[in-house]
Amino acid sequence: MNIKKQFRDGLITNNPVLVQLLGMCSTMAITTMLFNGIGMGISVLVILTCCNIVISAMRKVIPNDIRIAVFVVIIAGFVTIVDLLLQAYIPALSESLGVFIPLIVVNCIIIGRAEAFAAKNTIGASALDGIFQGLGYTIVLTIMCIIREFLGSGSFGKGLINTVGGVIGTGSGLQIFPEEFGAKLLTMPFGGFLTLGVLIAVMQYALRKSKEKKEKKEKEGVK
Amino acid sequence: MEQLTSILSISLGAILINNFIFSQFLGCCPFLGCSSKVDTAVGMGLAVTFVMGLASAICWVVDYYVLQPLSLGFLQTLTFILVIAALVQFVEMFLKKSIPSLYSALGIYLPLITTNCAVLGVVLLNVQNNYNFIESTVYGITGGLGFLLAIVLFASVRERVEFAEYPESFEGFPICLVTASLLALAFMGFSGMKIF
Repeated sequence: MNIKKQFRDGLITNNPVLVQLLGMCSTMAITTMLFNGIGMGISVLVILTCCNIVISAMRKVIPNDIRIAVFVVIIAGFVTIVDLLLQAYIPALSESLGVFIPLIVVNCIIIGRAEAFAAKNTIGASALDGIFQGLGYTIVLTIMCIIREFLGSGSFGKGLINTVGGVIGTGSGLQIFPEEFGAKLLTMPFGGFLTLGVLIAVMQYALRKSKEKKEKKEKEGVK
Repeated sequence: MEQLTSILSISLGAILINNFIFSQFLGCCPFLGCSSKVDTAVGMGLAVTFVMGLASAICWVVDYYVLQPLSLGFLQTLTFILVIAALVQFVEMFLKKSIPSLYSALGIYLPLITTNCAVLGVVLLNVQNNYNFIESTVYGITGGLGFLLAIVLFASVRERVEFAEYPESFEGFPICLVTASLLALAFMGFSGMKIF
């Protein structure tokens, strides 16, 4: 199989957030610190992979007319599992993500990938698609978290670094510059919209440049 | 009197202070997707308000009379999304039969409301905040009105932005997000407002 192409698709050329523009709500809402971003990214990665596998395995059994309803039930099942696991083992994460964990049910990334990929492809390919798309999502979340946390409050890795007694979520993080010098606005909703807008613009710029380069090369090849 | 005060503060909070879009990021997909024209934005906002109010009421009843007595709290997410999906389906059928003009105006947006995170979000928040039946319904309706206000404001700005000049890389989505960020900044002015 073309694993390499799927990898590139998920991370760059068909990135779920920056190119497909799916799952914007959670991307903007929870990216205020690294701890949230990584936690959310990994939760979505796990749920997406499991759902893709199950949906792909059942794709020939599910009647076409009610497929969306079936997808939603499968997704809700996995989301509930992850929600309960987080509440039990990482309560700090569950608390700081709050309502956005159960809201993964209506995250467009999962239902979008189920509809666009898992319902048409083999189990192996769907599992890989889940992993790579999930990774693409996690990477975008991580980048946004680092930018917003650093510029907004001058720290890095709050909750993950300098933990008290090794308990995740208790760390104070690295303070790179004093908190009062940070642009507080960036940790507020305003910063979420702005950071994501700028990131997508950068992505569009990069994709356009690489396309132009390719066309130029082809032209020279023809000559 | 106490009830009235709490309802007033819930309404004010849902519409202005904790606006679903600009401070809680719930319902961003339709907010960004259906806001290129003011007309569709109004239709979408009204449909969402209607479904949010109805879903809040019904899910409260389901939660209070079915899930809690049977201690099935862990099935909340699953049950609520099914209730919402069924509800949207019913609303669609009802509108098609009785108010066809509104039905055709809303078009594809009606089924999409199922996957609007504002609807599931408001239901989950009702449970989290321990609201009673009236408070839940009011929170649902006013949350929807907040959504309506946000999407109409945003659509009106967007119609103008189309004629503006901006860097090529910002074309399409990014410029919308930047516009939305400025609106969010304006809405931040409401934070800290309190009744009584």
